[in-house]
Amino acid sequence: MGIFHFGTTSFFNFSFLPRYLSFFVKGIEYTLLLSVTAVAVAVFPALLLAIMRLSKNRLIRSISGAYIAVFRSTPLMVQLSLVYFGIFGVIRLPAVTLFGFINISMFIPGVVALALNSAAYVAEIFRAGILAVDIGQTEAARSLGLSSWQSMSDVVLPQAIKNVLPALANELITMVKESSICSTLGMMELMWGAKTVASTTYITLGPYVLAALIYFAVNFPASKGIEAIERRMRRGDKK
Amino acid sequence: MTKNKLISVRDVYKEYNNGQVVALSGCNIDVERGEVVVIIGPSGSGKSTLLRSLNMLEPPTRGEIYFDGVNLAGRDVNVDLHRRKMGMVFQHFNLFPHKTVLQNITLAPVRLKLRPQKEATADAMRLLGRIGLSDKANEYPAMLSGGQKQRIAIIRALAMNPEVMLFDEPTSALDPEMVGEVLDLMQELAEGGMTMIIVTHEMGFAKEVASRAVFMDGGAILEDDTPTNVFEHPRNDRLKDFLSKLL
Ligand SMILES: Nc1ncnc2c1ncn2[C@@H]1O[C@H](COP(=O)(O)OP(=O)(O)OP(=O)(O)O)[C@@H](O)[C@H]1O
Ligand SMILES: [Mg+2]
Repeated sequence: MGIFHFGTTSFFNFSFLPRYLSFFVKGIEYTLLLSVTAVAVAVFPALLLAIMRLSKNRLIRSISGAYIAVFRSTPLMVQLSLVYFGIFGVIRLPAVTLFGFINISMFIPGVVALALNSAAYVAEIFRAGILAVDIGQTEAARSLGLSSWQSMSDVVLPQAIKNVLPALANELITMVKESSICSTLGMMELMWGAKTVASTTYITLGPYVLAALIYFAVNFPASKGIEAIERRMRRGDKK
Repeated sequence: MTKNKLISVRDVYKEYNNGQVVALSGCNIDVERGEVVVIIGPSGSGKSTLLRSLNMLEPPTRGEIYFDGVNLAGRDVNVDLHRRKMGMVFQHFNLFPHKTVLQNITLAPVRLKLRPQKEATADAMRLLGRIGLSDKANEYPAMLSGGQKQRIAIIRALAMNPEVMLFDEPTSALDPEMVGEVLDLMQELAEGGMTMIIVTHEMGFAKEVASRAVFMDGGAILEDDTPTNVFEHPRNDRLKDFLSKLL
């Protein structure tokens, strides 16, 4: 059989749609909520890690370095399992449901695991952003009598954050894709929806093709948008 | 120490890369209140390093730097507190691009709780009026010419009511037609009695405005005299050589 047929193994069999559309709608909602929350939660620890990484104190530097190394050198799947079964095997969360389909006792461990992982990557983004701010900015701030912390918070960080916004948005796109791993623990995001529909209907490919299309429809325009904004920012800087 | 002495540099050495580069090799210089000192010398002679060591942007490897009688290079000195009294102007302006002109000027006085925002704003507007740039108060630095940027950088430092102003080649990055407006403002400051230390290649300005000229080469101060003696009657051979190349 070629691929252009409409059996259960067809790439183009979407006959499940009328009945199971809600799995995909709710799924992408869950995915987006999970990724946005995870990256938002990651921003603050990432900032801290980045500043620690640039500290003059060697101990502080290496603590941050070790964190980043561990989270970048182990699979997200392993981190997710450790957080889910390890940390949240001890801390019991109530089975409260948000918006009718988001189970807090699953969602929070997912957010925590993704955020811990993302923090390591976002920290490196911030670090590069801080280093990219001209040293003259710090010198001017310090020469006015601002402390090193005041110079960082009032002068360097605002410029660094503005410069890394596109990279942060790209991290969000990565997270939208990576969060599909949460389906393995039963979080009802887009990938879980596709898997569940496939196993219930025995239509093995169509649901995954649809999931892929939805991921693409979200991420591709987003990344094009980020590129456009980046180009505009670069033009603005030249002035 | 005499009453008028504001800055006193004692046997200051600055080394980089574990002593492989010696930027300052035993500098001594005193500056009294109201003096305008220009520092001249070839590229790499240590002029910037000396100037930047005065406010500890470049802490010396050895030696003492007294400001108002306090050794800034000593232990347990809160340098931030003393830096407020030492304005610094950079070659590349270093205005904060994410802040408006007004915010650039009021940031430090307000953040350091020296003045409430309202008072700091009034001060800033008065300073902007003085340099004829009141209409730029709410512009961002990107919208200004080089000369305007540098004059705003100067009044940003002045807003701290400093006791001394340090200038590191303040006109070197400017288009020629904008050099004049910055030098005029500096001259005005000098005539108003501000203590100033200026690294510059503007020899005309140096001769006219300075009360003292210092020649550096190889990390050392080789001449420290009146501008007339330094520029018209140089004794040091390297100074003679340096001046002859300028013509
Ligand atoms: N961060 C640094 N690391 C290593 N060497 C340095 C550093 N900063 C300055 N130097 C060296 O110290 C010496 C003095 O430099 P400095 O910038 O003070 O010279 P300058 O007189 O200001 O020169 P210019 O007229 O080019 O500005 C130079 O040899 C320079 O290469
Ligand atoms: Mg220099």
